[in-house]
Amino acid sequence: MTKKVQQLDRVVIRFAGDSGDGMQLTGDRFTSETAQLGNDISTLPNFPAEIRAPAGTLPGVSSFQVHFADFDILTPGDAPNVLVAMNPAALKANLADLPGGADIIVNTDEFTKRNLVKVGYDANPLEDGSLDRWVVHPVGLTSMTVGALADHDISKKDAERAKNMFALGLLSWMYSRPYASTITFLERKFAARPELVAANIAAFKAGWNFGETTEDFGVRYEVKPAKMSPGNYRNITGNVALALGLVAAGVRAKLPVFLGAYPITPASDILHELSKHKRFNVTTMQAEDEIAAIGAALGAAYGGALGVTTTSGPGIALKGETISLAIALELPLLIVDVQRAGPSTGMPTKTEQADLNMALFGRHGEAPAAVIAPCSPSDCFYAAIEAARIALTYRTPVLLLSDGYIANGSEPWLLPDVSDLPDLRVEFAATPNGEDGTFLPYLRDPHTLARPWAVPGTPGLEHRIGGLEKADRTGDISYDPANHDFMVRTRAARIEAIEVPDIEVDDPDGAASVLVLGWGSTYGPIGAACRALRQRGLPVAQAHLRHLNPMPKNLESVLKRYGRVVIPEMNLGQLAHVIRGRYLVDAIPYNQVRGLPFTAAELESMLEDVVKNV
Amino acid sequence: MSEIQGASPPERPRTARNRTSSGADSGRQGVALTLTAKDFKSDQEVRWCPGCGDYAILAAVQSFMPELGIPRERIVFVSGIGCSSRFPYYMNTYGLHSIHGRAPAIATGLSVSRPDLQVWVVTGDGDALSIGGNHLIHALRRNVNLKILLFNNRIYGLTKGQYSPTSELGKVTKSTPAGSADSPFNPISLALGAEASFVARTIDSDRKHLQGVLRSAANHQGSAFVEIYQNCNIFNDGAFDLLKEPDTRDAALIRLEHGSPITFGTDGEFCVVHPPGGFGLEVRETASVSPTEIVVHDETVTEPAYAFALSRLPALDLSHTPVGVFRKVSRPSYDALVRTQVQEAAAKVTDPEREFASLLSSGDTWTII
Ligand code: SF4
Repeated sequence: MTKKVQQLDRVVIRFAGDSGDGMQLTGDRFTSETAQLGNDISTLPNFPAEIRAPAGTLPGVSSFQVHFADFDILTPGDAPNVLVAMNPAALKANLADLPGGADIIVNTDEFTKRNLVKVGYDANPLEDGSLDRWVVHPVGLTSMTVGALADHDISKKDAERAKNMFALGLLSWMYSRPYASTITFLERKFAARPELVAANIAAFKAGWNFGETTEDFGVRYEVKPAKMSPGNYRNITGNVALALGLVAAGVRAKLPVFLGAYPITPASDILHELSKHKRFNVTTMQAEDEIAAIGAALGAAYGGALGVTTTSGPGIALKGETISLAIALELPLLIVDVQRAGPSTGMPTKTEQADLNMALFGRHGEAPAAVIAPCSPSDCFYAAIEAARIALTYRTPVLLLSDGYIANGSEPWLLPDVSDLPDLRVEFAATPNGEDGTFLPYLRDPHTLARPWAVPGTPGLEHRIGGLEKADRTGDISYDPANHDFMVRTRAARIEAIEVPDIEVDDPDGAASVLVLGWGSTYGPIGAACRALRQRGLPVAQAHLRHLNPMPKNLESVLKRYGRVVIPEMNLGQLAHVIRGRYLVDAIPYNQVRGLPFTAAELESMLEDVVKNV
Repeated sequence: MSEIQGASPPERPRTARNRTSSGADSGRQGVALTLTAKDFKSDQEVRWCPGCGDYAILAAVQSFMPELGIPRERIVFVSGIGCSSRFPYYMNTYGLHSIHGRAPAIATGLSVSRPDLQVWVVTGDGDALSIGGNHLIHALRRNVNLKILLFNNRIYGLTKGQYSPTSELGKVTKSTPAGSADSPFNPISLALGAEASFVARTIDSDRKHLQGVLRSAANHQGSAFVEIYQNCNIFNDGAFDLLKEPDTRDAALIRLEHGSPITFGTDGEFCVVHPPGGFGLEVRETASVSPTEIVVHDETVTEPAYAFALSRLPALDLSHTPVGVFRKVSRPSYDALVRTQVQEAAAKVTDPEREFASLLSSGDTWTII
């Protein structure tokens, strides 16, 4: 039968199921197919902290949301147009996010009495009319998959497992996705077991054919490619982008990269990714704890490597003493914090802009360090390079604040030309810098205030440094009051002297009197909200901080140009507090700490109030 | 990006300083190494308490160093916090005085990334066994190429006299006026438990023995753990007198010599045997056993249980304390294993930028025209 084809400009799909159902993989594949088609994309996975929560329960639900459009988009979408629910738990956990009229595709095979009871359904929602607001498509995903694989020589369990490919096939048909990349992917993934390659491909095709033949799906949709800058693209998550940025920094600095890391959610993927890239002279060490991880990175930096440690909030707390040492030693060091909801263990898989205060102030003594934050998944690549530039040029630790949202979220990335990336080459000290052939480890460069990077192995520059206060220039131990005062001020001045680009303001017609200031991963939702307001004729300006220490020189004048400054953050106002304190600007904080990114809609309505009431 | 001036010339005249510059050219390429102990003395005034055992260790290390034949610039001393950890400041090599307990971790990063260096860690009983216990055991199990010198004075000196993790049970100190309630670590047993590949003990006051142990440690590939009994004459004076006083030491100290039967006493009147049916080693009067029963020391025994049994010989008063090399076995160092992986991978890449560009565009990519 021929089906109607309807054009859409954007769609948000959420795949939800048990954490064992392979929803992340399904989402990934759908994203990849969508990328091949040339849509702009943004994705957001959402998974439980437990690796395998009890099957079929609410805490065990794992989901993956993908937003794709024929124009450029900034977020994974506020609310899904389509929910794929692999079991009752997935339905129940996600229903509240679905606007009326959305499509729900349910795996009816899992709607058994037992599974319904498990999640507290007294009656079957597929039968009691409680889903009447939505368009429900009941599909026996499991039984149809098993049926389609009847003559494949695999176990029943393996056949059932392929149901996610059936679902992917169905959705791929519905949205007219090209599926060649999925076939290649399955061939690679199951290379060792050809029978599974065949079964999964068969399940995928069965899903596709089901869409084409069943009358339940009367319409097929198309989303045309977005207008994007020409070039080569790949889809990338923040963690992978960050890891590649670190490799790029090493390549462009012509330095070995040394990563010391201890496994922690949601940062471990950076360790996993970097450990695959040894050929770029990258050494990864899974240390015994967070402290050893940064200690080893600092030791490597002392020896002339680009030292890096990656972690999340609890790890930063443990690394504080070593960061202070690195500040005293004035050595380059990158500290990556993929923030998550705290305090304590908090919600490890959920996002939060939790650690700005800690990055800026969370150390003993007067211990300033540079702080920067990427604003999107692909921006993590450039933020890592920028962090390396600052660390290497100014010989200082740099904290890079990513978070769970952009770390696991993905978007298309226009691949850069490697030779266009900044040249990060450094010069190690090679000869004594004192008058009579002595070496002064704390004699500074007058422009950068950086001290020489004199690595062991250099003849004639043997010197001793440490955490004790050092005399200016000589680096000898010093308890002299005036020297300490001078050194404390110099360490502060060193950070203030770091050159960072001016902050840019997006205020298209210059008519806005309200400025929204953000930092880090809120860039997408804030940007989407501002666009929506402008489309409705309400002017609003957006500025986003990448450099949080030092802040851009023009920030003060930007802030003072607007009648109202609003600062949305996924915390209780950490940046707002700094801005108010530093610039005496009566900024309005807007805060939310639900472990989820802002939706564009809620920011839009909040900002609308502010704009209308200035 | 801003200009980098790593080796910038001095911008202003510096005041004259009394820096040691003798031997500054030693060790350059093509120049024979003729270093002396003096070359390893830095210009810093040594600030331990007069009479502290650390002085003797420093002098022994400084006069031993020339033997290594390694240029000073390729030697690094890394320390943590405590009296002993001031050590790097006094060595005219590269030196890093870090933070409490973390020296093994920091040294690991340095050693793994710089195989051309010889990295020494100087630590104390509090630094290595209390706050830094985790890093010590992991450095030892990994067999990182570090020479770890643990100055054990069985007390916290720098913080003015609290009991340490090697202080004897019941130790009365400022923080334990009624006597400490925790049992001490035996550092040798601990290191062997972590399967350290080189484990030795020596004493601050016996320079010859100390240097012999250092020599053996310096030649070892992998972690070399050396416990040095060190007198803190201010807060724990005389802790090792039994092992030092001429009238007691012979009967108290067991000098281990590889390949020799383990006997001790003024005339070898005591010996160490492995009683049948027992788990460990015991001390006997030599006259009471047949010569074939006396254990012949073998530091190369793979199974750490033998060295562990040796480490259990001392009584609470330290009588029957073995000194020397307990264990010296060969196993791959962490450094070598890690570097081999990196080098083998890197050897396949001729142009890193090109290779990186192809990494970026690997996998699922698409082109917008
Ligand atoms: S306190 Fe003890 S260990 Fe420390 S320097 Fe003085 S004598 Fe030596």
